[in-house]
Amino acid sequence: MSDPTSEMNLRLLALYPEQMNIYADRGNIIFLQRRCEWRGLGFSYAAAGPGEDFDPVAHDLVYIGGGQDRDQVLVAEDMLRTKRDAIAEAVEDGAVLLAVCGGYQLLGHRYQLGQQSIRGLGIADLETVRGEGERLIGNIAIEADLGAGPKVLAGFENHGGRTHLGAGAEPLGRVLHGHGNDGADGREGVRRLNMVGTYMHGPLLPKNAWLADHLISLALRRRTGDAVELTPLDDDLERAAHEGARHAAERG
Amino acid sequence: MGAAFTAKCWVARATGGLSRLSGRGGGTTVPGRVLLSMDRGAIPQLVTGLDRGSIVVSSTNGKTTTAGMIAGILQRAGRHPVHNRAGSNMHWGVATALLEQQGDEGLFEIDEAWLPRVAPQLRPRLLVLGNLFRDQLDRYGELERVADEWAELVASLDEVELALCADDPLIADLGRDRDLHRRPGVTYFGIEDVSVALPELQHAHDAKHCRRCGAPYSYDRAFVGHLGHYTCPNCDADRPRPEVAATRIELQGMAGSRVLVETPEGELTVELPLPGLYNVYNALAAISAGLRSGVDLATIAAALAAMKAVFGRVETIEVAGKPVSILLIKNPAGANEVLRTLQLEGGGRDLDLWIALNDRIADGRDVSWIWDADFELLSGAVRRITCAGTRASEMALRLKYAGWSTDRMVVHQAIAGSLDSAVAEAPDALFALPTYTALLELRTLLSDRGLAGEYWQ
Repeated sequence: MSDPTSEMNLRLLALYPEQMNIYADRGNIIFLQRRCEWRGLGFSYAAAGPGEDFDPVAHDLVYIGGGQDRDQVLVAEDMLRTKRDAIAEAVEDGAVLLAVCGGYQLLGHRYQLGQQSIRGLGIADLETVRGEGERLIGNIAIEADLGAGPKVLAGFENHGGRTHLGAGAEPLGRVLHGHGNDGADGREGVRRLNMVGTYMHGPLLPKNAWLADHLISLALRRRTGDAVELTPLDDDLERAAHEGARHAAERG
Repeated sequence: MGAAFTAKCWVARATGGLSRLSGRGGGTTVPGRVLLSMDRGAIPQLVTGLDRGSIVVSSTNGKTTTAGMIAGILQRAGRHPVHNRAGSNMHWGVATALLEQQGDEGLFEIDEAWLPRVAPQLRPRLLVLGNLFRDQLDRYGELERVADEWAELVASLDEVELALCADDPLIADLGRDRDLHRRPGVTYFGIEDVSVALPELQHAHDAKHCRRCGAPYSYDRAFVGHLGHYTCPNCDADRPRPEVAATRIELQGMAGSRVLVETPEGELTVELPLPGLYNVYNALAAISAGLRSGVDLATIAAALAAMKAVFGRVETIEVAGKPVSILLIKNPAGANEVLRTLQLEGGGRDLDLWIALNDRIADGRDVSWIWDADFELLSGAVRRITCAGTRASEMALRLKYAGWSTDRMVVHQAIAGSLDSAVAEAPDALFALPTYTALLELRTLLSDRGLAGEYWQ
């Protein structure tokens, strides 16, 4: 790791890494770290767990993954109490927030888990209901346009909850193969400012290097105030893994 | 048993025989599938013939090996259990064994997700439960839900005896009633030798909260994944003291280990020809089951010393004059143990590896688990690595991000072609790490070449 005070330094904050890591969320973080290191960019890692607050201006990329039901309930309560304001402030200020699966559900107003209603952060206009239906499980591919034209994201989804976007909410993308938010409306995930919420794990970033680099650029831009051109890397294996995940989704 | 049921059994056996003759699919579970399609209640009728009752074995990692060890122990004691071999561990595998084998007791390995449905039908005398790890979440849902279902199962089986791993909090708690009192008929097994503990808790850590009160467990040490010495800081659901305890363990790489075991019947030394701490746990489970089945210590020790690997769980086969050691990998905890064994085996020598990652249903279609396994452990210790299987390139990507040199890496999807070139390039031994269906392909390939026995034998 290079000088953490340097401007060209990706400052990552992982929320509840001990609780919210069920679908190999660590892979997303390893992927970001290596891609920064290979470019000679700095990378600093911080974690905020139960009971801990954080400084919203000290981190440019905030990550939260998925957890088991019990962990998710504990995390939801704790996060509202100790981190809600800092997360909202960071997002409004342009920080990147990537929330996957359980973490994605907690961005919304609430998560109805059978009889139990869990309050979410309310920073994305959505809510999630887990009823009697089958879990939505399988390979998934979507088409997302994050400003540079439509591109494909591929991954794996496994969720019991159905997420319904509010009228003003913008989905991350359109489902090509798989289930998406609610298995019905063809939409997947949510995005607002530099916040991305999605059911796609697998993990997501190693299967979609272009998204990882896009998020790194956004985070560095928030840090430096300027657009940042990332050095290209030898991505043959990354491309092959992306193709493999896309084909898996096409096979169904 | 009525005449109609006997006729159904006859038809099912005959169909299995035909399927085997035609050479399709090994035929391992066809008779059971046929019988269950005619009669869903067949298993309870078939087990009425087992006068000495049944032993049922389940866990995420090691159930096939543990059941194989128990079979070896019973056979050495002159007993011949009806035993579903070859990992055919869902209800049709059990029905097939009951149809095709004769005996007065049963020994059944059951898939962890199927256990709550199948075990009540078998009315077991003894349940042997080893561990629960995250594995194939796409198929099983979440781990704690499986643990909850197991707890309901154990509560519903009156008078069942239990052999339980004390070191896995998800398992150990099954041996206590609602008031945390120990149930009758429980044998706990575990590791006491702290010198083999991990330097720190591994990343893929699956039991964080006390099963009783929800407080985070406090770990003094861990041996494999979340198996270790833990206490609950908030209530009394601590690790129970094991009666069958490994008090001294010498790990000898791929050659196996030597284990000193204390039991209620006295001490024994086990020369275990299977590598790794995970096999020490399997042996402790088998010793507990042997003692609960009335087998003496000397017989148990002799049976374990004679153990051969079970169906590709760890075996060495000569291919083109070079030893190829096969080690199944299928989930983070199991893969980490394999990687740890290879680290010991290497001892500074660079290894030749072949890793085959498939994403078929029996593997788990979700391959994200490879990012939870600590491939970083071997990053500086590999001479040449071949990635094969349906998701070969994702495997290679994982290794690249674990710090393995891409110059030493070859991506080659086909199982046969990639194995042959990996063997040809290796100066000596090759270590083959397939996922479950890749293991099946590999075994078929090797047995077609006359290098390994047919797996259903």
